[in-house]
Parts: sequence; C-alpha cells; structure tokens
Amino acid sequence: MRFRAKSNDGILEGDLTPMIDLTFLLIAFFMVLINFSQTEADQRIMLPQSTLARPPDRPVEYPITIQLTARGSVIYGGQELAGMRQLRPYLVNERAILDGRDQPLSTATIIIRADRHAKAGVVQKLIELCQQERFVNFSLRAKEEIGP
Amino acid sequence: MRFRHHESGDAKIDLQMTPMIDIVFQLLVFFVMSFKIVAQEGDFNVRMPLAMRREGPVQEDVTPPMRLRLRADQQGNLAGIVLNERPFESLQELHYYIIGSVAGEDPAAREDVEVELDCDYDLNYENVIQAITAVSGYVDDATGEVVKLVEKIKFTPPAEAPAD
Repeated sequence: MRFRAKSNDGILEGDLTPMIDLTFLLIAFFMVLINFSQTEADQRIMLPQSTLARPPDRPVEYPITIQLTARGSVIYGGQELAGMRQLRPYLVNERAILDGRDQPLSTATIIIRADRHAKAGVVQKLIELCQQERFVNFSLRAKEEIGP
Repeated sequence: MRFRHHESGDAKIDLQMTPMIDIVFQLLVFFVMSFKIVAQEGDFNVRMPLAMRREGPVQEDVTPPMRLRLRADQQGNLAGIVLNERPFESLQELHYYIIGSVAGEDPAAREDVEVELDCDYDLNYENVIQAITAVSGYVDDATGEVVKLVEKIKFTPPAEAPAD
C-alpha cells in the first residue's frame, strides 16, 4: 500500500449535495402544507371535542365568528369585549353590510366558538342576543375527536 | 489590450454553493416557524328561526320536536338526561335509543325529526356538544362516514341566570 501524502491545505470540503437535496425536500413539504388563511381561531378558547365534528361540505357564505371564553366573556374580532351587550353594535354593523349588499340575513351564519367549560346558559343568551338582531343561522363549533 | 489566452483543457467553473445554502436554510426556517398545526374544527348547525310570527294554521303533519332535558349539578356536570319524559342513564344509552327510533325511518321522515334542547343554565357546554353528538349521528366503523340521525337541533328559550 502506498499512502499518498495529502497536501494539507486545511480546507475540509465534504459533499453537500445530499444535504441540499433533503433541505429542498423539506422546503417543498412545508410549502405544500402551509396555510396562510386567517381563520378566526383564538387560542384562548379550548373547543369541546366531538367525533362528528367534520369541516363543512360547503364554505360558509357569510361567516360571523363569535368566541366565548370559559369565564363567559365574548371575544369578537380578536378583542375581548367587556360585556355581551357590547356585541350588539358589531352585529348591527354586520347587518348593515348585508343590507348594503342586498343579501338577506339568512345568508349569514353566526359561528359560535365557545370554550368547553363555558356555561350552556351563556351560550343560549348569546344565541338569543343574535336572534334579537334577526340572525337565524347558527353553528356551534367543536374540535374533531380522534376516536376512542 | 492584451487578452490573456485561456487554453486550459479542463475549464471547470466553480459554483459558489454557500450563499445558495444560506438562502435555502433561511427559507426553510421561515416555513418551519410559520407552520401551525391546528386540529380540524367542525360545525353543528343550529337553526333558530324567529318563532314569533304565526303563519296561518298550525301545520298538523309536522312531527313535534323531541324535548331533550339536560339537568346539571352544582359543578356543571351532567346530572340527568330526559327525552320526552323518558329518562336515560347516560348519553350512550340515549344515542342507542335515537339510533333505534330514527334509523328505522325512511330518509324523508328522518329529515323532519327535530330535537329541542332544554339545558340548565350552569351546565358545562361540553355536555351540550356531547348530547348533540349523541343525537346527530354516528361514525360508521366500516366506512368511516358520518351517518346522520337527527339533523334539526334547536334550543328552548334560555332561562334566567340563577341569582348568585
């Protein structure tokens, strides 16, 4: 065996091609999966679980998302409101927008994202408040439960 | 001007990979940081038509809604389940009863079945959703599809909050 004395430049140059391949693969993976849509999902709310919770077949025409914390306070548009009654002007505003577009109120759906520990009575009061503003379609949102 | 004549046989172009790798890692870190894992969310539709209007004679052929009464204890846990005066021990039992009574009917009649929920004020909302789940349908083990039972859910007008 004859060992060739390597010229010692001090530069170690490994082959980086597989690493770059994997990096591009990772980038492609995340690019495909990334979802930039601004879904109104506040992290303060822990939704109740249900095995039947599936995303709706058709996207909701005019969703109005109202979040309800376990304490009973309402969050609308990312802001926590001091009381449920403060929601009324926002609902009136939404109704005005729909009237402006000549769309009936039945095209709007109030999506209620209530915490699992919220009181049923408070949810019902929220529904009643929206009914007073003449909204008729409601959706109670739940998280998908992954089997037994 | 004197042009130097490059006549070296092996004209090897050295590609600088380092900046490309830098940018690629930047991109990767951006995507990793903005990746958010969210659980799928689904909706239960509750239609609450404005009940104040009276449109002519009351329709006789519409089946009256089944009243589901959910009682709560002090902590808000489910203490009692009563459907049309019939008590149940658990939501599972209620679920089987609904399957038995509704699944036998043809799809046209099934669409008219309506359940009216009467919940105590202090009841945990979680229990309401579980009750709606028990009544609305089940997941067929074989196909993984959702089989619908009762499609119409509504709430009774809320009671006043307990004065405490």
